[in-house]
Amino acid sequence: MKPSAFAYHAPHSLEAALDTLAELGEDGKVLAGGQSLVPLLNMRLAAPAALVDLARIDGLDAIEVTDRDVRVDARVTHERLRTHAAATEAIPLLRQALDWVAHPVIRNRGTALGSIAHADPAGELPAVLALLGGHVELASAQERRTATADDYLVGPLESDTRPGELATAVVFPRPAPNTGSAFDELARRHGDYALAGVGVTVTLDDDRKVRRADAAFIGVGATPIQVPLTDALAGQPGDALAPDDAIDLARSTIDPEDDIHATARYRRHLAGVLLGRALQTAAARAVAGGTA
Amino acid sequence: MTATDGTTTRTATAHERVEVTLTVNGTPRTAFVAPRRLLSDFLRHDLELTGTHVGCEHGVCGACTVLLDGAPIRSCLAFAISVDGRELTTIEGLAADDGTLHPVQQAFRDHHGLQCGFCTPGFVMSACGFLAENPDPDEDEIREGMAGNLCRCTGYAGILDAVKQAAGDISDRATHPCEQHRVDADVANGNDREG
Ligand SMILES: Cc1cc2nc3c(=O)[nH]c(=O)nc-3n(C[C@H](O)[C@H](O)[C@H](O)COP(=O)(O)OP(=O)(O)OC[C@H]3O[C@@H](n4cnc5c(N)ncnc54)[C@H](O)[C@@H]3O)c2cc1C
Ligand code: FES
Ligand code: FES
Repeated sequence: MKPSAFAYHAPHSLEAALDTLAELGEDGKVLAGGQSLVPLLNMRLAAPAALVDLARIDGLDAIEVTDRDVRVDARVTHERLRTHAAATEAIPLLRQALDWVAHPVIRNRGTALGSIAHADPAGELPAVLALLGGHVELASAQERRTATADDYLVGPLESDTRPGELATAVVFPRPAPNTGSAFDELARRHGDYALAGVGVTVTLDDDRKVRRADAAFIGVGATPIQVPLTDALAGQPGDALAPDDAIDLARSTIDPEDDIHATARYRRHLAGVLLGRALQTAAARAVAGGTA
Repeated sequence: MTATDGTTTRTATAHERVEVTLTVNGTPRTAFVAPRRLLSDFLRHDLELTGTHVGCEHGVCGACTVLLDGAPIRSCLAFAISVDGRELTTIEGLAADDGTLHPVQQAFRDHHGLQCGFCTPGFVMSACGFLAENPDPDEDEIREGMAGNLCRCTGYAGILDAVKQAAGDISDRATHPCEQHRVDADVANGNDREG
């Protein structure tokens, strides 16, 4: 199908975009890469009166890597972030997760921040945001604010982006030293949204024993489901991790639903299998040294 | 206001037809379209370049894949107005004027990488974009690179063989696959609907 008619605005600067969004209020919708929004428009599941296209904004396209974090502006595509050497060296989990995001052709246009704003329960980057304890920066004509994953990711396909607001950047904190990470998932075809998936971080102490471990699951709840695993794994050797307790804990924490793609029972089983693999990979990476 | 130089805010009302100019296969092409005009429909209806196919119209099948400034994208997921001023390569831009096929097209023919042909323009454009990024792929990389396109006829084996051959042909000639896109191809035979 074709989208219904909309007025079109392509502001040249952030300030102009915020003014336009303020004027439009409830009628305005941000268009970033269009890889989630345009399908919704084509299927007429959404019919906004006006689109505010980020394509012509001068700027808003930087990737900044500091000692503390990686900051990614709104116009940065999945593919640019995935292949950005400094960013993925600072936080290998970005690359590990982005390898699973859609197909290369989709990644060429879709933006990293757009997938967080879109808040698909099977999206990889919302889980990375939650797992690393990052935040989203938002701006409107009146104010600037930041929101954590818990505050921003409200429900399936629902983020707390208010009328008149633009998400300008996402900030991913760098993991602690001696941290390994991994992302694993299963989809029917590589590049499709996952039936279930998990991102994990494992931090070792100086004796190479687990000091801290965390997981964030996708596709098994309304938003990324975070499961702290330190109690289940603390003290275990990084090079011989036995993930069984962590798997049991995770399976009893998550509460997936049946849908046309898979049953809840299968998803719960799958989530545990993926967690076991991801934990062992992450621990091995932590042992092999360096951060994440 | 229809400035496109990136320093002026561009706006259009919902039913206004605005001028959109793209360089398609080396030739500037202009049409007047409403903001909701998809790039795929701009090519097919406004420029009468019907080589780009439309299957699902929501990003899943890949039939509508074209190269935007050399990188493959779904033309059903972009609005023509959003990409005004940029360069496109479509399936019509690949073969030489005398009909000599582009190495990727020739490889699809050699390996029976098509049956009904509906998916083929998308696969060929995806392969061109993929090989430009990764000129010497292994089989897993080829599978992953082509996984975003659907074919209901061939069973994919011929397509994967074709991409493998094309990779060899292109690197044998030591030419970047993008340079084999014929930017000078004459595709300006559709009717520009000016004014
Ligand atoms: C076939 C296919 C497979 C896919 N598979 C996956 C997958 O496996 N994993 C995955 O994570 N994604 C997948 N995607 C989606 C893809 O990652 C999208 O790029 C992403 O979800 C949205 O980013 P975008 O820039 O395209 O946003 P758009 O589509 O432009 O926007 C999406 C939504 O976010 C809002 N928005 C976007 N940017 C901002 C901003 N800066 N401020 C405020 N609001 C904003 C828009 O208003 C809209 O509501 C897939 C898409 C397709 C078509
Ligand atoms: S028509 Fe564009 S992806 Fe199917
Ligand atoms: S050849 Fe018929 S769909 Fe691919």
